[in-house]
Amino acid sequence: MTGRAPVLSVRGLSVRFLMPGGRRVAAVTDAHFDVAPGECLALVGESGCGKSVLASALLGLLPGNARTAGEALLGPLDLLAADERTLARTVRGRLVGLVPQSPAAHLTPVRTIRSQLAETLAALTPVRGRSALRAATRAAAERAAFPADHLDRHPHQLSGGLAQRAATALALAGDAPLLLADEPTTGLDRDLVDRTVDELRRHVDADEGRALLMITHDLAAAERIADRVAVMYAGRIVELADATAFFGTPGPRHPYSRGLLQALPDRAFTPIPGLPPELGDLPAGCAFAARCARADDACAELPPAGPVLCHHPHTAVPEAADRA
Amino acid sequence: MLDLRAVTAGYPGHPPVFRDVSLTVAPGESAGLLGPSGCGKSTLARVAALLHRPDAGTLHLDGERIRHWRHRAPRAQRTAFGVVFQQPRLSADPRLTLADLVAEPLRATGDREHLGERVAALAARVGLTGDLLSRRPHEVSDGQLQRACLARALVLRPRWLVCDEMTAMLDASTTAALVGVVEEYRAETGAGLLAVGHDRVLLDRWCDRTVEWSSLITPAAQAPAR
Repeated sequence: MTGRAPVLSVRGLSVRFLMPGGRRVAAVTDAHFDVAPGECLALVGESGCGKSVLASALLGLLPGNARTAGEALLGPLDLLAADERTLARTVRGRLVGLVPQSPAAHLTPVRTIRSQLAETLAALTPVRGRSALRAATRAAAERAAFPADHLDRHPHQLSGGLAQRAATALALAGDAPLLLADEPTTGLDRDLVDRTVDELRRHVDADEGRALLMITHDLAAAERIADRVAVMYAGRIVELADATAFFGTPGPRHPYSRGLLQALPDRAFTPIPGLPPELGDLPAGCAFAARCARADDACAELPPAGPVLCHHPHTAVPEAADRA
Repeated sequence: MLDLRAVTAGYPGHPPVFRDVSLTVAPGESAGLLGPSGCGKSTLARVAALLHRPDAGTLHLDGERIRHWRHRAPRAQRTAFGVVFQQPRLSADPRLTLADLVAEPLRATGDREHLGERVAALAARVGLTGDLLSRRPHEVSDGQLQRACLARALVLRPRWLVCDEMTAMLDASTTAALVGVVEEYRAETGAGLLAVGHDRVLLDRWCDRTVEWSSLITPAAQAPAR
């Protein structure tokens, strides 16, 4: 019905935290991106770069000292302007399904997985009646590859991988058009990572109108399922690129994205020197300049907005020197 | 030599997590232990690092048979190990600053000489600069906290390092940086390493040899206990 209109359209999203003493932490700055129906956008970056804050902003789950600007349109609804009642009754679970970062903290520790899953299904779907709910619970568990014989266990009795699958099952329960996966593969082994992301991908492919925003630091998982990649550094999206070009040739264009890829154990396995800057104390210019081999005087000013936020991006055709 | 023979281990009230598992790591060697979630590889690593008493089997540390685990083990044996866990948030006392976190093993063993300098040198090595050392865990990122946890593991200059999914929570760049620090330390001291993980690409690149968990288990032992 919506044609090719994006499922989620984020325009100039910024999040500031007001800290005691008048300090301000710039967690997200001027983020622009769309997620189209049937598309998977991977938002990648180092820990502490603002990825999870962006996710919380989309769900209206920011703490009270946060101030947002810009808009995030999910259909006609601006998620940033919506009140708590709208968010609670129509958004969370129904329009946006969250696959959380740490399932151990997300699941209720004193109840079994079966009871949590059944409650979620009863709240979000029209399924009613004991036996129907029971069947729906099994089906929902199976969708996330959660073993049926573990349904009667409590969260502490599950391995990290199974807890993640339980949380994924809860996120899939409401059939939301936008799936928001916040580090869904942290702590899982490689086979399980592949299965988890394949499951998320299948969920996107199964319905034309559905989209997935996956926030991750796992570049291998991003490569496996993403159509497009957004690289975040120090609160800004520094590169937004097609996944095939990003992971293959010509490769990433922003020096930071390049460094991140070269840190992979199946590539150069060399870290980017230094640490990311503090979000409360960002430099006026390019935040990556202090760690960047290409930095010069021009980097003291913020690069102009564009698909690559850099004064000296790598060219679309790789230079000989970059092929090391 | 770190020599685990026919180890059976588990937790009270449950059938053993694994039975009859043997694993040997030569001095100075780096061995990667690869297995899926929940297979028991972390429990084996805890047995090897004297943090969990096995139900059966033997452990020899550099030729000496281990008879006691945890606080019952002699200090000389306990401090032969440096351990880094998967989740820095769960393995760091939230009340300590990062500097105190790194210094804690020195204080606990009464080795206070040049404490400040040693902590500072190690912090620089793992890349913790500036005011990060004066912060508490909630004020730093996972990657920064794990850097401190690695420094804590190295502060007593252990002969053995046990890294249990040290990098599972970390991004690619921090992973490469921490593995670099571990390898630099090993090149300098000849310490042995048992790295537990589920990322084959990483362990193959990092370790001298990678052992599959499934190859340690005999088919009979793999069958469920009940």
